Amino acid sequence: MSKRGEGVEQSGEHRIPAKRSAVWRSLNDPAVLARCIDGCQSLERLGEDAFTATVRAKVGPVRATFQVALKLTDMRPPESYVLHADVKGAGAGFGKGSAEVTLAETEDGTTLLRYSVAGRVGGKLAQIGSRLIDSTARKMADDFFSAFHQALDPAANRQQSANPP
Amino acid sequence: MSAETGIGAAVKRREDLRFITGRGTYTDDLNVPGQTYGVFLRSPYARAKINAIDAADALQVDGALAVFTGQDAAVDGLGDLPCGWLVKSKDGSDMVSAPHPPLAVSQVNYVGEPYGLVVAESLAAAREAAELVAADFEELTPVVAAAEAAKASPIHEGLEANLAYDWELGDEAATDAALAAAAHVTRLDLTNNRLIPNAIEPRAALATFDPTSGEYELRTTSQNPHLERLVLSAFVQIAPEHKLRVVAPDVGGGFGSKIFVYAEETVVTWAAAKVGRPIKWTAERSESFLADAHARDHVTHAELGLDEAGRFTALKVRTTANLGAYLSLFGSSVPTFLYGTLLAGQYKTPNIHVQTHGVYTNTTPVDAYRGAGRPEATFVVERIVEAAARETGRDPAELRRLNMIEPGDFPYETPVALVYDTGNYQASLDRALQLVDYGGFKQRRAASEAEGKRRGIGFSCYIEACGLAPSQLAIQLGAGVGLYESGEIRINPTGSVTVFTGSHSHGQGHETTFAQVVSDKLGVPFDDVEVVHGDTGRVEFGLGTYGSRSLAVGGSALISAADKIIAKGTRIAAHMMQAEPDNVAFEEGAFISGNQRLTLQEVAFASYVPADYPPDLEPGLSEKAFYDPENFTYPAGAHIAEVEVDEATGVVQLVNFVAVDDFGHVINPMIVDGQVHGGLAQGAGQALLEHGIYDADGQLTTGSYMDYCMPRADDVPDFTVDTTVTPCTHNPLGAKGCGEAGAIGSPAAIINAVTDAVGTEDIAMPATPEQVWRKLHGL
Repeated sequence: MSKRGEGVEQSGEHRIPAKRSAVWRSLNDPAVLARCIDGCQSLERLGEDAFTATVRAKVGPVRATFQVALKLTDMRPPESYVLHADVKGAGAGFGKGSAEVTLAETEDGTTLLRYSVAGRVGGKLAQIGSRLIDSTARKMADDFFSAFHQALDPAANRQQSANPP
Repeated sequence: MSAETGIGAAVKRREDLRFITGRGTYTDDLNVPGQTYGVFLRSPYARAKINAIDAADALQVDGALAVFTGQDAAVDGLGDLPCGWLVKSKDGSDMVSAPHPPLAVSQVNYVGEPYGLVVAESLAAAREAAELVAADFEELTPVVAAAEAAKASPIHEGLEANLAYDWELGDEAATDAALAAAAHVTRLDLTNNRLIPNAIEPRAALATFDPTSGEYELRTTSQNPHLERLVLSAFVQIAPEHKLRVVAPDVGGGFGSKIFVYAEETVVTWAAAKVGRPIKWTAERSESFLADAHARDHVTHAELGLDEAGRFTALKVRTTANLGAYLSLFGSSVPTFLYGTLLAGQYKTPNIHVQTHGVYTNTTPVDAYRGAGRPEATFVVERIVEAAARETGRDPAELRRLNMIEPGDFPYETPVALVYDTGNYQASLDRALQLVDYGGFKQRRAASEAEGKRRGIGFSCYIEACGLAPSQLAIQLGAGVGLYESGEIRINPTGSVTVFTGSHSHGQGHETTFAQVVSDKLGVPFDDVEVVHGDTGRVEFGLGTYGSRSLAVGGSALISAADKIIAKGTRIAAHMMQAEPDNVAFEEGAFISGNQRLTLQEVAFASYVPADYPPDLEPGLSEKAFYDPENFTYPAGAHIAEVEVDEATGVVQLVNFVAVDDFGHVINPMIVDGQVHGGLAQGAGQALLEHGIYDADGQLTTGSYMDYCMPRADDVPDFTVDTTVTPCTHNPLGAKGCGEAGAIGSPAAIINAVTDAVGTEDIAMPATPEQVWRKLHGL
């Protein structure tokens, strides 16, 4: 029993070209988050520490619309927080996890974001997607941070406002 | 009768013309006017409370017609899915049955358990609507590992424990005493890996309801449509039998997994009346992985005592059998009566005791799958015998021979409740040793070693109890139904023959074999015989196909029916020839008296156009019979496997496999060879590749072909198969059954070869490269 599928564990770090306070603000800004999450159809703030989102995503052969409930705890602005996610995808199954996120100021004025995620999946995601979960999670994180990076990059921002989507 | 088509002829399968030209008609090929589509809502959790199910958004989908929940079914009084075999614990109490509603009502107990059905105008709309059903689950802690289940808190509300039964067979005190006195005791811990059946055709159902007549018709992938009807009528109470027709059209493989009455066809039939439209459901492959009954999943400790001379004195077996979350239709009988009774194997072991703990876990229910209990029993007996030979420095073939029941010992009563009617185990072992060239093994081993590979050889001298089953005995032991079979033979007015059988073909080739039997027996041309099966509207009754029973029981029913045809025909012919019936003989399709001769065709015509006809005889020439076997049949044989193990990679290659089987009389040797080949491939799958794995949360992580490894052509060698024959003593065909033997005998032979090559007994199925590599490197 239980040789595999013990869950998702992942960590990483990204250098964001913005001041820590700006990064913190953006991480708490539904509009920014919605723009950075691939397939995000809606994202709303439910309160100081909670969001709800609808995300269309694909994990291996499983493609579904997921209802995501996000809750923030252990908030230490602008240094760190823990993000809890509860993801439900009807027939596609579910995911649960939390991410510890820390923001560190660097000498060159940028911010180093570190995260470490632990989670697990169930239903079809575990059944036919288990061996793809890690790579998919990695890709989702990379996509998010590259979009987030761009959203906070002053140069990219200027370009974006000049060419509205 | 014709040597080309009669009993013993390798007639090509007539059904293959439609199968290999794409003209088979499977359930999903059928479409009816007004048809709608069903999609099941399945639990993503191994164990959870259902707090609420909100279908409002789902019903807004264009084309969505209805969403049914377990609550709806309960309100309509839909009965639970029953377990058909009542097993008693050793203290005499009945097994503990967890209620099994077709749709979960308040709690789900395994990943994939259905809790709702969405019906829509199209499959796409049904899927879309299913995505929008919002179910609020409250996750509960699951119990996953069988070994810990008995001690864990009960998964079902209202049950005191996860132990369904504590069953035993044999004399425990005598067995313990014999073990204590043994010169040598071999001890072995074994697991029998969970398997997931993989019929090529997934399960499907198409249900219709006619409100004007109140008649239901269910077309479904079933191995036994009459039993399906019986259960849906008597237990689930959808409709009385005369208002419910069940048709199993072409069925693409079953291996046991289509015996059982499942939630899906039950719910679809009930719902067809609710929506007033036909509903079709066809499983996706990923559903099949979760929702088809799984197989095996035993944990066993066994002890075998030997005297100084190497004679077995006692066998003690302790098994925990994972039954899954609910008792499937025959799930209770598999690790008990189909398992413990076979632990004598081919040997004269005088003392045997077996104890089986059947436990509930939050996993897919486990039930019969090709072999059903007998592969598990064979694995225990043949692994421990091989280990005992190694421990005591005896040749494994000779240790077996020393302990075998001898031809003069039959009928032989075992200490575990069976009476073997006949056999010659030495003959099949001798033939197998000859075919494998046992004497040349050392040289082959040296040749393999020269190529950096270890070579091992392993034996398995199996026995099985087939031809299920003598009804009175089975019912006495807890079976809920008789296990006879029906057969009907209609000689049509112009002499062609229509045969109706209650057994069912889903790959076995009955349309050919049964036609051979009837054509041979009645002396009519093979092409004049048509076989009808799989339809409660056309066949009076039947109990379907499983346990290698079709020929031994269903074929015997046809012999009885043919005897009645001949008896009546003799009276008609005697009247026509103005002879005494006693003076009329039936030979090669003709009634003969002196120099007068009337063919069966002529007599049949006279029976339907009764101009010159016995006044006390009814017209027509159609007879039916029910055949209830006196005893099980006991196919047995010797399987020998040779493997090469690559030391660098741990890869096991099955390089040679010899199977010598005694199936009694063989009707069609080509079909028998095919059955053996298929069974051997499945056995190789269990031994080397297949493994259903749940993680600690009860999630099935081997739920697709990316992770569940089925055997392919290049995983098996060119099998060498042969037969020896001791005819079954109690059925008119002398046939024993061949469907399961390959899957029963081969896993033990293969693992015995792998353990021989690697040099440790501690190798579990499947012997994956990773595991074997670790053992080779002492890890």
